[in-house]
Amino acid sequence: MAQFKMHLLVCGGTGCRASQSEIIVENLKSEIKNLGLENDAQVVITGCFGFCEKGPIVKIVPDNTFYTQVKPEDCAEIVREHILKGRKVKRLLYEDPETQKHIEDSKHMNFYQKQIRIALRNCGFIDPENIDEYIARDGYAALGNIITGMSPQEAIDIMKKSGLRGRGGGGFPTGIKWEIASKSKADQKYVVCNADEGDPGAFMDRSILEGDPHSVIEAMAICGYCIGATKGIVYIRAEYPLAIKRLKIAARQSRAYGLLGQDILGSGFSFDIELRYGAGAFVCGEETALIKSMEGLRGEPTVKPPFPAEKGYLGKPTNVNNVETFANVPAIFLKGADWFSSIGTAKSKGTKVFALAGKINNVGLIEVPMGITLREVIFEIGGGIKDGKKFKAVQTGGPSGGCLTEKHLDTPIDFDNLIAAGSMMGSGGMIVMDEDDCMVSVAKFYLEFTVEESCGKCAPCRIGNKRLHEILEKICSGKGVEADIDYLKNLSRVIKDTALCGLGQTSPNPVLSTIEHFHDEYLAHVKERICPAGSCKALKLYTILPDKCTGCTACVRACPVDAITGEKRQAHVIDVNKCIRCGACYEKCKFTAIHVQ
Amino acid sequence: MNKIKSLDDLRKMKQNLEHEMNIREKSNEPESLVQIRVAMATCGIASGARTVMNTLVEKIEKDKIPAVVTQGGCMGYCYAEPTIEVKVPGKDPVVFGNVDSQRAIDILVKYVVNGELLEGIIPTNYQTINEKK
Repeated sequence: MAQFKMHLLVCGGTGCRASQSEIIVENLKSEIKNLGLENDAQVVITGCFGFCEKGPIVKIVPDNTFYTQVKPEDCAEIVREHILKGRKVKRLLYEDPETQKHIEDSKHMNFYQKQIRIALRNCGFIDPENIDEYIARDGYAALGNIITGMSPQEAIDIMKKSGLRGRGGGGFPTGIKWEIASKSKADQKYVVCNADEGDPGAFMDRSILEGDPHSVIEAMAICGYCIGATKGIVYIRAEYPLAIKRLKIAARQSRAYGLLGQDILGSGFSFDIELRYGAGAFVCGEETALIKSMEGLRGEPTVKPPFPAEKGYLGKPTNVNNVETFANVPAIFLKGADWFSSIGTAKSKGTKVFALAGKINNVGLIEVPMGITLREVIFEIGGGIKDGKKFKAVQTGGPSGGCLTEKHLDTPIDFDNLIAAGSMMGSGGMIVMDEDDCMVSVAKFYLEFTVEESCGKCAPCRIGNKRLHEILEKICSGKGVEADIDYLKNLSRVIKDTALCGLGQTSPNPVLSTIEHFHDEYLAHVKERICPAGSCKALKLYTILPDKCTGCTACVRACPVDAITGEKRQAHVIDVNKCIRCGACYEKCKFTAIHVQ
Repeated sequence: MNKIKSLDDLRKMKQNLEHEMNIREKSNEPESLVQIRVAMATCGIASGARTVMNTLVEKIEKDKIPAVVTQGGCMGYCYAEPTIEVKVPGKDPVVFGNVDSQRAIDILVKYVVNGELLEGIIPTNYQTINEKK
């Protein structure tokens, strides 16, 4: 058989597909055919490369050429120049923002240099719809080794030794979780994969399922063997259609090979999975609510104990792990617990996938060793703050987390350090904020989310969060008083102490952490009635600087409420009582004579 | 699709499948491999660079030589096409001229595997963009 000399890897993740990567694949294939290069070059659709900021991505191996923002009309040039004649298409190469030099080899991109890819090891490397490519990279070898040569307890011991902790947010040691479930006695147990990813800005679970679905299936089977379960269920949001499609294809292929089903690899162990679709309620990411939802009931959490490991789905022992946690499992068994625990910090082993979002240059998905600092993540991998603005804070842990500020930039990131800094790991969303972001508004944004997503079962979460939101709204609209800040703090503590589940217990975190780190900003809102970031509309004060105003009347014509008066060629005045703070005059003025406070 | 009946079958299957992924695995750590770049400009192709490249790729795969073949643009030695540049880890790159399929195999066996020098080396007097920092 002819040996391909080049592989063209095209990102087929949701982000790049939205920018026409499917058409790019077609165009590349047809141009290769036109030039008679079918035996030389192969086009492969892969999962996410992580560099979503500059998608769609086309990577060419073996020379590691990394083309960014490829358009369907660029395909002919790529094939004619690069594949046929070996000349890289310079204009599509990634340009280093600092040196303005084109980087030919993705190995030299800052974005990739500090990353270690374990959970994402196959994302952007294999075709997720082809089980053979997964097997070629030692896929299902871990499962095979375990079910033919290890007792469940031996496998659990390896998991415990590796130090892997749950990547969904809580950080509970995975090996211990499995051990508890394995000790429960029952006629049927269940392995559940929690793919109900809901934090704003987080998309690592989706990318793993889209890019490497087999690693999750393999890990679920391993878990099934360890705890004594023959059934696995993936609870996945219905709004992840591509992940669902690829997971279904993967399960079908595994079954065809006998890697799911009865008597896997002649070991006597049987395991299969099915999919359940969630309707996208945030609370269903909480494991007891998730189980209720799988049972066809309302997605409401229940009191723990009993823990799912004792009494879960249909009253049977159930082990729930998150997608990223599972994706780590086969790699741990292949490379060993010692290898895994050599990466990371004392109590947080391995790597963590983060979704970078917000005011950062390189929006995307990264996997870094635990213990890396925020500074490295934001300024080296992330390429710094957009438009040269100043870094203000980064929100981690989604609506359950908090803000980290400049003083935390050099703190090594791991589960415990983030909690000590008043935030949490969460599922790994990192939303970066610059000097233009108002921290009161940020807290308000997260509370809006929590109020919307609260299931309403317990009063502290249902009513308390609503009250928190109202007060934040009041402060942002310029009607706050100083006592409101103390009230926010007290109410937050009450909600934390009394709410039923993790959602309610953590929902005040964004409020508490912004008050702690940006107390001055809250004070400015309630005492001086100004928003230092200039983001709260109601607190903006527009005035005209008389020495700069030329009296051109452009602002008068722009003002929708006739709040600006003045004679031609004379300095104008804004009537603050009439002004609706729309900013129309500010945008129209050519002489920077409008001052905003 | 046939069912995989045992762990041995799975391992055999992996071995059969992995060579198709080799090209991607190799791209993960090009520094540790012998990198061979075939000049693939119009003049190179016209004098048979594509055949040379095919030969190289097949021989490397067959003998499991730790090398990776990529294409390059014109190196400027049009009088000596096809030309290939061979970079052994830790050594300076060497350019060979007038390479046909037979010479390509000689270069692989003698220079890459055994470390002997061959005739027909074009002395280089340029810096690549990677060296200029």
